[in-house]
Amino acid sequence: MSSDQQFAVSIIVSNQSGALTRISSLFSQRNFNIDSFTCGVTNNPEVSRMTITATGDANKKEQLLKQISKLYDVKKVELMTPENTILRELLIAKVNATGESLQTILDAANVFRSKVVDMSPESVCIEMTGESSKLNAFLTYIAPYGILEYCRTGLVAVERGSKCLYVVD
Amino acid sequence: MERSGCQILIETLIEQGVTTIFGYPGGQVLNIYDELYKNNHRINHVLTAHEQGAAHAADGYSRASGKVGVCIATSGPGATNLITGLATANSDSIPMVAITGNVPMELIGSDSFQEVDTFGLSIPVTKHSFRVDNVENLAETVQEAFRLAKSGRPGPVLIDIPKNIQLDKTEYSPTGIAEKTPDPKPDTALLDQALEMIYESKRPIVYCGGGVINANCSEAATTLVEKTDAFMVCSMMGLTAMDNSHARYLGMSGMHGRFAATKAISECDLVIAAGVRFTDRATGNKKKFASNAKIIHLDIDSAEQGKNIDATLQIPGDLGFALNYITSKLEPQKHPQWEETVNSYKNKTKDYTAPNGCLLPWEVINAVNERATPETNIATDVGQHQMWVAQYYNFKNPRTFQTSGGLGTMGYGMGAAIGAAVATGNKTVLFTGDGSFGMNLNELATAVSQNLPLIIVILNNGVLGMIRQWQNLFFDNHFIASTLERKTDFVKLADAFGATGLRASNPEELNEALDKAFALSSPVVIDCLIPDEENVFPMVPPNGSFDNIILK
Ligand SMILES: Cc1ncc(C[n+]2csc(CCOP(=O)(O)OP(=O)(O)O)c2C)c(N)n1
Ligand SMILES: [Mg+2]
Repeated sequence: MSSDQQFAVSIIVSNQSGALTRISSLFSQRNFNIDSFTCGVTNNPEVSRMTITATGDANKKEQLLKQISKLYDVKKVELMTPENTILRELLIAKVNATGESLQTILDAANVFRSKVVDMSPESVCIEMTGESSKLNAFLTYIAPYGILEYCRTGLVAVERGSKCLYVVD
Repeated sequence: MERSGCQILIETLIEQGVTTIFGYPGGQVLNIYDELYKNNHRINHVLTAHEQGAAHAADGYSRASGKVGVCIATSGPGATNLITGLATANSDSIPMVAITGNVPMELIGSDSFQEVDTFGLSIPVTKHSFRVDNVENLAETVQEAFRLAKSGRPGPVLIDIPKNIQLDKTEYSPTGIAEKTPDPKPDTALLDQALEMIYESKRPIVYCGGGVINANCSEAATTLVEKTDAFMVCSMMGLTAMDNSHARYLGMSGMHGRFAATKAISECDLVIAAGVRFTDRATGNKKKFASNAKIIHLDIDSAEQGKNIDATLQIPGDLGFALNYITSKLEPQKHPQWEETVNSYKNKTKDYTAPNGCLLPWEVINAVNERATPETNIATDVGQHQMWVAQYYNFKNPRTFQTSGGLGTMGYGMGAAIGAAVATGNKTVLFTGDGSFGMNLNELATAVSQNLPLIIVILNNGVLGMIRQWQNLFFDNHFIASTLERKTDFVKLADAFGATGLRASNPEELNEALDKAFALSSPVVIDCLIPDEENVFPMVPPNGSFDNIILK
């Protein structure tokens, strides 16, 4: 038995009503452990693109790929290898920032190359993109100052180079 | 020509070759029914007693004929009543199209009368489902539903049609029957490797499942057995893959498999698996399943490969092509030693004879068998009686066995038998249990109204036998909720429904009743009183292996 690993999968799905439901239903049907799930429009109005990150062993990974590719609405499924993929996630974090902590947080935001997008007398909102590990590192660093809330989008993934996931012929 | 959605629906169904549809009317399908009224000379509607019966009937129709079975129901409760039928067909990969009406689109989401999210409900129990939101897409959607239902690994497809779409009009011109998408050809390099493995094998088994029946490959599978000089073992879904009286047929293996089949699988050195999915009931403990063997796994659905078992060689693609390729290249093999060994395992389990002349389940099955023809459809419900039929009945022709394998749906039998009888016009025998029959016996009304040549054999043990068996073996005889202290008189019941009711409590009465029933061509119920303490053996306990087989 191989051990559990996190992996990212890109899916092109036709813009049918219910396509999303069918895919998300598959996760509970097959007991797949999904860590994040994003979906958005693409340059082709007929299809949407999803990125899923999940955790499981090699067997689970293969089943997830095969079961998703069987769905009628799914046009393309690909496992995104970390070496060959641009992976990004967006974080907006609202942090307690009063008095002396404000400067430390602004410095950290600067070091992590993120943006301050809102400020109030008690808090700042920081927007950051990057690989999940970078967002995790930032959150760990500012945790002692008091994170009020944060929101993460989950990963989006695109392969490096000129090759595309889905080309209409 | 401009046509309404309802007209287009009926025209496209007829175009797809549909001659019979099973269903039940209601508010959101009344317009469709009106079209059925106008077209009743072109398409036949069978009114069932319950939508579940309609779904099982469409399923049984499909299993018996190989055609896509069709059922129809109204929104809300009509649609929810279909769900068990869809799930049953989905588990066994049966091609079906279910049509549901729904409230007009402007009302969807407002909790209007008889509104339910049929589309959402259907997702986990269908191969695919459509909701039509524009009448212009209707004809195309129906065609696509039929194509999908029968292509690749078959399955049920649902089309939900809101009322306003049924009434909207658009141009329509016939486009013809939706052809099945050709199955992808398996990689011949892999098939050549399979041939090598066959040449190396000295103790081969061909292991067939429902995929062989779905792909109509019984002949090729039989040839493969003969040329490899192998024996055939089946999952319950594959029991009609070969003439059961063939010397190389061992029948079902697994939890209630025949002794020789389960033993042969445990000792063989090669399993050529065709259209099987290695479920827990079929394999027992996966680590110990065929542990001395290499496995070649042929299946149209590559997701089955590596799902339950890691085969030595996985070959996705068209089963018929794969089997024909192998049999056409293969030099006939000879394995006299293996033949002798396996033959010595046959008839290892002796049926014991009844004490003081009471009726035993296998006697009933054998007595039906003696009177049946190769074309007779045999349907079952779920429980001990189902396992006994799987163990004892001698099937000849493919598609003559209708049983709920994957889902194990009690109440499946009545609808399925009706569907099989309607599809073939042949004599159909349903073996049911007193518990299962209680679930959907309302369909006796349908059998009578259709005047079907249906014999319903109730193996009446007064208990939920399979539950009782587990309580007996694994729960210290704690018989809770398994003893049916009912007073149902099945003979009177049959009479009340307008069918013929007979009773048999010993072999003589049984023979008399069966002679009478086989002479009639209308529905007959035979209440066969069998002892309640009879268990199904052999039994491999859950997650066990041949080492744990219980013989009595
Ligand atoms: C719809 C449904 N509910 C419950 C079960 C669980 N179950 C399996 S077999 C069985 C007993 C069947 O009793 P009967 O039809 O009398 O058959 P017998 O085992 O006595 O032959 C039950 C309750 C089931 N398979 N299906
Ligand atoms: Mg019973």
